Order: sequence, then C-alpha cells, then structure tokens
Amino acid sequence: MHKSKKQSTHLPLFILLGVVLFILSNFIEELRVSQGTTIAVYVIAISSIILLTGYSGQVSLGHGALMAIGAYAAAVLRLEYNLPIILCFVAAVLAAAIGGLLLGMAAARLSGPYLAGTTLALAIGLPSLANQFPILGGEQGREFKVGPPDFEPEVVIAEEPLTFFGNVLSILDKLQTTLATGAWPGASPMSTYKWWFWIAALAALISMWSVRNILNSAYGRSWRAGRGNEVAAQLTGINTARSKVLAFTISAGIAGLAGALLAMSIGTVSPSAFPLALSFSLLTGAVLAGITTLGGVIIGAVVLVAIPEIADVVAHRLGSSESVTTNLPGLIVSGLLILTVLFVPNGPVEQHRARKAKHEAAHKGTKK
Amino acid sequence: MQLLNTLLIGITAGSIYSLMAIAFVLVWRSTRVVNFAQAGMALLSTYFGYEAVSRLGSFWIALPVAMIGGALFAALIELVLMRLLVKHASSGPIAGVAPIIATLGLLGVIKSVVTMIWGGQDLRIVAPISNNGFTINGETLVFSPLKLLVLVVVVVLLIMLSILFQKTNLGLALRASAHAPEIARLSGVRVDAVRTLGWALAGAAGAVAGLFQTVNGNGNFSPDSIEFSLLLVSGFIAAVIGGLDSLLGAVLGGLFLGISISFVLMYVSSGLFFIAPFVILLIVLFVRPQGIIGVKAGRRA
Repeated sequence: MHKSKKQSTHLPLFILLGVVLFILSNFIEELRVSQGTTIAVYVIAISSIILLTGYSGQVSLGHGALMAIGAYAAAVLRLEYNLPIILCFVAAVLAAAIGGLLLGMAAARLSGPYLAGTTLALAIGLPSLANQFPILGGEQGREFKVGPPDFEPEVVIAEEPLTFFGNVLSILDKLQTTLATGAWPGASPMSTYKWWFWIAALAALISMWSVRNILNSAYGRSWRAGRGNEVAAQLTGINTARSKVLAFTISAGIAGLAGALLAMSIGTVSPSAFPLALSFSLLTGAVLAGITTLGGVIIGAVVLVAIPEIADVVAHRLGSSESVTTNLPGLIVSGLLILTVLFVPNGPVEQHRARKAKHEAAHKGTKK
Repeated sequence: MQLLNTLLIGITAGSIYSLMAIAFVLVWRSTRVVNFAQAGMALLSTYFGYEAVSRLGSFWIALPVAMIGGALFAALIELVLMRLLVKHASSGPIAGVAPIIATLGLLGVIKSVVTMIWGGQDLRIVAPISNNGFTINGETLVFSPLKLLVLVVVVVLLIMLSILFQKTNLGLALRASAHAPEIARLSGVRVDAVRTLGWALAGAAGAVAGLFQTVNGNGNFSPDSIEFSLLLVSGFIAAVIGGLDSLLGAVLGGLFLGISISFVLMYVSSGLFFIAPFVILLIVLFVRPQGIIGVKAGRRA
C-alpha cells in the first residue's frame, strides 16, 4: 500500500463498519446471517473482478476456476495436514495467486475476446481435473468443515494430536467466543452460521480495504493508464505487460480467498460448487456494481443474493410451473446483465454521478 | 488400425468444430464481436430441429428447419441487441468488454428460456442412419456411416459457403464490409444489411453444428448438456487457431483441434477431455499467436 500523506486509507471507516456488522450479527435471525456470509463472499469475489476488469481492463470468465483452486488448496491442507484455519485461508490466497500468475502471463499477450475465450476454456476445463487426482476427491469432493471451537461435536481434530499452531488458535478462538457470548447479553446464541459470518465479513472488510488502497496507489494508476491507452502508458515508463500480470495475480489471490470462504459456507469442496454459472454471476455482479466503482460491489453482491428470493416470490405469485421457477433466477441474472450493459453501461453509481455533474453544470450555466 | 480410428474420429469431431468456428468467424468479420451466445443459438436451433423431427418425422426436413430457424434468430439478435449495443456502450471503460458481457448474458437468457419451454430433461434426436462402425477385413472400425454422413454434409456446406463468398456479388459485399466498411459503404454496399446477413449465416452454421454434435454423440441433449459448452469452447479455440478472420483458417483449426484432442484422449488419458482444448489453445497462443492463417495485428483488435 502506497500511503501518501494526502490520501487517507479510510482505516477507521472499515473498523467502524466491522463493529457495526459484529453487533448486527448478534441480533438478526440465522437465515439472514447465513445470507450475510454469502454476500460477504460475493463482495470479495466481485471486488477481484472490478480490480481486474474495471481497472486493468482484462476480462476473465475463469474466476470460478481460480476460486476453485483456492477452495481445494484450503480443504486439502486442512484435511491432509490439519493446518489451522487461518493458514488454510492464506494458502488459498497463495495457491490461487500462483494460478493467476501463470494465467496472467498468458493473458498479457492476449486482449479482449481472446482472453475471454481462454479463461472460458479454463473455467470449463479445470473443474474436471478433480476426477484426475484422488486427493481432490472426484465428483463428491472433499470436506471443509470450519466450526466455532466449542461447537464441534464431530471434531476432526480430535483424532490427531493438536499442533502448536492448532493450540494457539483454539485458545484464540475460545477467547473470541467468550467475548462474543459474554459481552452481548441478550444476543442470539453462538452458532456455526454466525462464526462463518464473522470470518467471511472480516475477510471481506480486509480485502475491500486492501483493494481500495491498491487501486488508489501507483499500481492502480498504472492499471488505469494501461487500460485507457496502452501506448501512452508505455511512453510514461510503465511496463504494461508486467502491470497486467500483477493485476491478474492479485485479483486471482482475492478470488482464491473468496473460493475458500464459499467452500466453508457449503461445508465441502466439489467441482459442482464452481460451475461456469458462478463465473458469469460474478461478472454480472461486477457490471451491476459498475465495473469501475469499488463501492458498488455491495450493491452487486446483495442483488446476486436477493435475485433467487425475488424470483421465488414472483414465480409463486404467478403460480407458474416448476421448470419456470427453477430457471427464473438465471433468466433474471442474464437479463439484468444485458440491460445493464445496454442502458447503464458504467454502473448505477457512476451513472448517477455523471448525471449529477451534468445537472450541476447546467445549473451553473443558467445562474450566469 | 487404432491409428486410423483415432484419425477418423478426430476428423469427424473436427469437422463439427469447424462449422462452429465458421460461425464465430462470420460474426467476428461482420461486427468485430466474439459471439459467446453462439452455443446458445446452436442449442435453440437443435430444439427447433427436435420439434421438426418429432412433428414431421424426418431428420432431412429437420436439418433445413433448424438452419432457417437458427439464421432467423441470429439475424433478429443482430438487429435488436447488437445495434443497440453499438449505440449505447461504445465508450467509457466498459467499451472493451461490453460485447463480451452482452453475448454472455444472451447465452444465459437463451438457456433459461429454452429450459422453461422444453424442460431440463434429456431429449433425443435419432440419427437418420446407423452409427455402427464399418467393417474392413473382419475388423470393425469406430468410423460409421453416420460419421461419414456428418463429414459429407460439412464438406458440402463448406463448398457452398466458399462459392457464396468467392463467386457471387453478395459474397463480394460480405468480404468488402468485413475488410473496409467505410469504403464498402461509399461504393453502395448496404453494410448494415450485410452485417445482419453475416449473423444469419453464422446462425445457420451453428444450427448444423448443434444437430450434428447431438447425433454424433449418443443422440441425447438437454440445455445443461456439456456438449454445448464443449462446442462453444472448441469452436472458439478452432477459430483462434485459424486466426479468427479466415474461413479457411477456421476449417483447418477445427480439424487440427479435433485430431489433436482425439490423439490426446487415445494415447494420453481419456480423462483429459475437458482440459485438453485449453492446453492446446495455450500452446497455440504461445507458439504461433497470430494463428495458422492470420495477421499479427488481428490479435490485438
């Protein structure tokens, strides 16, 4: 993070947001908490797309596959080596970032539709590798259980001796649990869902904060310059190829984190958790958010989570058949994608800003 | 014998990929868009074909029905969606990715609507002739009358297409609008109409690819069947191998891809079915980024 004196990093804002979310999570029903987890996962994944597509100008239809890399890395390390959860998440980021580095090196030579097609081929091809290596568990996939420490009835860890890291972590976990249940009388009881939400929300806040500051740093500026006019950027001394690869690597690492969190909220890692549709949804979320507006990710994520519910209500109202009900969400997502690109191509936030600016300019004109 | 089998399977699969690649190239040449909805259009056309088979009882009627249906639908998309897209989303940071995103959205819409109408279950189109292999000297080949038919039809279509492009005024207009739209317009070519025609031809080619991919497999198809994702990816890769701008390149690219996949599956591992195209694409992009036939500048378009 290139912290300059003029620019604040908005750290207090993010901490405040975290505290608000923490308090909220204790007073809302379980279903909403679990939806909150999904929103947090989408926020992370969409911000990785915004960094890549909105700022660096590269399209990826393969972020679902990068999420899968992160998720598998976390689950396999957890099951085979019993690493503490936090290290599993770190490993997820690193594994996906390495995948992104390789992909990015190929990507830097490609542009627009070529890159989209290459990453599309990856998204279709990669999940099938799960059947090639026994350690990845084939179609059934592998378990990835993350529970609050006091709450593990069928503890996987109990079978093996705890490592030093495991001990430290479980003490930290307990401390946090007591803190949570003790400090908030009247709060809903501790549950796995809440625990997941805390992890996901914390991860979302950290990654949003990092992405925001990366985008405002010299790197972010060099990406935007390269996106706008590659030749001009090269003339100012930016190595555009290297800066593109860097963007791909960072974006992939963030996607890997989102993948591991998604696996946590499902409980398993399997190829079916990372379909092509996931990559498309992420792109939809990013376009809805406004491809260059990081603040919009929350809109994108909430919409993605809300669409199935809205579709359900609509289908029931209309009393339509099952095949309509199950396909309505997909139709709405894709339809929204087209409509957004056609009519609010730069996202609602950006559109509003532009309209306001135009309005103000017109206003000033009349005053004169 | 195994070598011959592998080669023949590869050529048959490759000829279907070629058709799909041609669809990509036609659209790319007419509007500079890679149409990721091409697989959705092929899917929809296959359902048109299915309806025609079940109502009229003949595969030979269903084939032109699917082609015409596919062509009309593709023309409609160009008229409605693509022209709006050019008008609204051709500036700002989104401009580079807008066509990709719009065609992906279209793919999703087609898939959902098809599933709503026909349901998600497997439907079946029975092949018009046997898929049992030929027997030579007492040994049974994997190559069957059906595969031969696929090959013959694809070749006939390719010849018709090349006559259209090389020998007719319409073909001249199509080539002119692809290479120099402004000059074509000045010399009286109705470039917009020609673009729509390019999409329609692509829709028809995609329809044949969809139908043949179905009967060349086990005859079953559904909106979620992996065959269509494979058709999308393989067709795109074949088009890229061929340089994305050349019809001949698309055919060669399709055959190259089909044969290489066939050999990988036979001699390396049959589990690599989905990852093999990706690896082949990466190799091609690193070794010969401008495609078999193609100019280097095209890659950056």
